[in-house]
Amino acid sequence: MSQLQNFTKGFIRENPLLVLVLGTCPALATTTSSLNGMGMGIATTFVLICSNVVISLLSDLIPDKVRIPAFIVIIASFVTIVDLIMQAFVPDLYQALGIFIPLIVVNCIVLGRAEAFASKNKTLTSLIDGAGMGLGFTMALGLLGAMREILGEGAIFGYKFIKSDGILVFILAPGAFIALGYVIALVNKIRKTSK
Amino acid sequence: MEYILIIISAIFINNIVLAQFLGVCPFLGVSSKVNTAVGMTGAVTFVMVLATMSTYLIQTYVLEKLGIAFMQTITYILVIAFLVQIVEIILKKISQPLYQALGIFLPLITTNCAVLGVAILVIKNNYNLLESVVYSAATATGFGLALLILAGIREQLDLVNVPEGMKGVPVSLVTAGILALAFMGFTGIIR
Repeated sequence: MSQLQNFTKGFIRENPLLVLVLGTCPALATTTSSLNGMGMGIATTFVLICSNVVISLLSDLIPDKVRIPAFIVIIASFVTIVDLIMQAFVPDLYQALGIFIPLIVVNCIVLGRAEAFASKNKTLTSLIDGAGMGLGFTMALGLLGAMREILGEGAIFGYKFIKSDGILVFILAPGAFIALGYVIALVNKIRKTSK
Repeated sequence: MEYILIIISAIFINNIVLAQFLGVCPFLGVSSKVNTAVGMTGAVTFVMVLATMSTYLIQTYVLEKLGIAFMQTITYILVIAFLVQIVEIILKKISQPLYQALGIFLPLITTNCAVLGVAILVIKNNYNLLESVVYSAATATGFGLALLILAGIREQLDLVNVPEGMKGVPVSLVTAGILALAFMGFTGIIR
């Protein structure tokens, strides 16, 4: 597989959220607006790239039996770094995302890539894989956030273009489940027809 | 009275899955059969209460005493991973069928955001030890309730003709959305 294919596989074909259905918790909780969604995506991407690189470098040193705890500690360290950085530089976004920043540590995408990819591949390949997967996740979150923001508030990126109030339920919890359900159904349909 | 409020709020109003979006992965993963849903609920309840208790004690008596509260995430996840390992060993010894039914989802409790989420929320809400235990038990009950309802509905859904693209995850998500809509009816019982 070429490096380009490796990079782009996370966009649609193996999109972590829309095809593999991993990381649904932050996807549902943080996509009340497109900006929040993308902020969450970028934070996750950072952790994903860093942990992929470190794990691929250390994979020969870590004994097989304790690899999962070791991976989790590495991931948790980077999550702590992101947590402190965001608290210092983007306090508004930090407030909006709340508990879901420390919870990146239990995001199945990060541990999933560490176990399935980074522990078996070279450093550069793992870095590209992390970046591609993270970008795919960010795009999916941005799309979901934009959809909920347009339907729920008639706005996009905080810019209001429809005068009326919008369908409030899409900003609330039930709308998150329903919107994600229909986006995944749409992706399923596209993948089936393009085959 | 305070405890009753915590319990009602955690089960119905701020349901962990349907209102706070924690633990959605196992919610979608093990909700296809009622039996597995019951087993999963048991395992999660056990781990969640134990984990909340131990992380609370560690937070108060170790991390804050030493002034290293920023190590919260790393410490908590290690404690949870350790507890899950113990539950797995115990379950393997006492109930082989249940162990096989839960299969892959038992180690996955480690990465169940509901467990870590509750441990962090308890500290954020400034609960004391007893309140934390009550809150975690109630939250686990709420998780079980949502899981069981969805499992029941999904068993029925197997008999229905669902459009091709909606099969599997999408239809479960939309069902969960309608369920969340129903749970929103509880808002305002207490304030």
